[in-house]
Amino acid sequence: MRFPRGKVVAVMGGSGSGKTTVLRLIGGQLRARSGTVEVDGQAVQSLDTKALYMLRRKMGMLFQHGALFTDLTAFENVAFPLREHTDLNEALIRDLVLMKLHAVGLRNAAQLKPAEISGGMARRVAVARAIALDPQLIMYDEPFAGLDPISMGVIANLIRRLNDALGSTSILVSHDVHESFAIADYIYFLSQGKIVAEGTPAELQASVDPYVMQFINARADGPVPFHYPGRTLATDLGLEARS
Amino acid sequence: MMQRLPGLLAALGARVRTGLADLGYTATAFLAILRASGGLWRRPRLITDQIHFIGNYSLVIIAISGLFVGFVLGLQGYNTLISYGSEQSLGLLVALSLTRELGPVVTALLFAGRAGTSLTAEIGLMKAGEQLSAMEMMAVDPLQRVIAPRFWAGIIAMPILAAVFSALGVLGGYFVGVPLIGVDEGAFWSQMQAGVDIWDDIANGVLKSVVFGIAATFVALYQGYEAQPTPEGVARATTRTVVVSSLLVLWLDFVMTALMFNK
Repeated sequence: MRFPRGKVVAVMGGSGSGKTTVLRLIGGQLRARSGTVEVDGQAVQSLDTKALYMLRRKMGMLFQHGALFTDLTAFENVAFPLREHTDLNEALIRDLVLMKLHAVGLRNAAQLKPAEISGGMARRVAVARAIALDPQLIMYDEPFAGLDPISMGVIANLIRRLNDALGSTSILVSHDVHESFAIADYIYFLSQGKIVAEGTPAELQASVDPYVMQFINARADGPVPFHYPGRTLATDLGLEARS
Repeated sequence: MMQRLPGLLAALGARVRTGLADLGYTATAFLAILRASGGLWRRPRLITDQIHFIGNYSLVIIAISGLFVGFVLGLQGYNTLISYGSEQSLGLLVALSLTRELGPVVTALLFAGRAGTSLTAEIGLMKAGEQLSAMEMMAVDPLQRVIAPRFWAGIIAMPILAAVFSALGVLGGYFVGVPLIGVDEGAFWSQMQAGVDIWDDIANGVLKSVVFGIAATFVALYQGYEAQPTPEGVARATTRTVVVSSLLVLWLDFVMTALMFNK
């Protein structure tokens, strides 16, 4: 897999296909047992903790449910990485945080806590926190999961705009076909830990690969079977024994 | 029986091995917290915030309990002492019971139930909400940012809370003993003053509460950090915090009492 600079690359696949694992490997939360993961020329799996933490400063990650600190306001959540990693004075931090929150449209919600805003808004605050240090690589883990169509569109639009504005690389892990196809430059399809298809959205739309067709057309049965594998219905009902 | 013996032995062996492995794992976690504490002196604010938080959690319950334990000590102590004609020593009895034993122990048990459980639940839910992973991905070590400040705050808060408990207990004993029952006020205070030793009694009591602070806070944080990130997992971890830290405190108290007061 390659994630070139300046591009939005989507990693798609059903639940349990290994999408999130890819992000965890890149972020160094999991170490690869075989193969290599390189970020900005550094092999992630062989870094020590200190070097890994240095590398992570160049990354931003949006977790599936935002993972905001529930005891802090939106403002303090976005300020968190700035306070931890920079010596900026309070006035500068305030300006930076307000700019980040402005970018996601939530400047006026700065003083609200995560419990006081909707799921979609919380996701946007988490995006603002992920980009607080202007990372070179932004990873989005299921950014659309559980959102209403409007919020989904807002987030999709943000992912694209932020990527282009910051000149960074975005990795989008999702199973949402419509939004991902709309914003990604390149797409990988995973199934059971393997790449089964890849290409630009247009190429994949035209693909005749059975897995891709099942996935993008949301068909119940295909290469991914509807029935959990095991005995047949006839066996379970005792029909084979009788005949 | 003979056929079952190898199976039983194997089960026993497995039990011992997991026990040892758990012990080693716990010790490693303890050392990791100590290592992560290094950078804290540059940000004392992280600790003071937590002392405020943890202390506030427990202050009311500790203060009220201290007062009532003092009341009871006053009543029971008087009833026992009067049969030897030595009710004048009530002040001494109350003060010694509190500073040596009840202050540190009861405070630690209440602390485990009040602050310990909320620490476990807080850390467990932070883990369940991926907040700790998010912190790691922001290149912030949760051990250093979340766990270590709470650990030190617990160690600092515990002796202070125990002191509050003992002080209010003495006052409680005084209220019951002197104005209510009629023990001589001068005897109550002077016997206490003469009989309580700053090193043998008070310093040993403080030492106990520091050790209990380490034990109870570590158990609470460890259980939270190692909790399964699910509602049942956090519930189970919270229960374990109370059980494990209470038993640990009582055991440590026995060991320390045996070492300290063995004249």
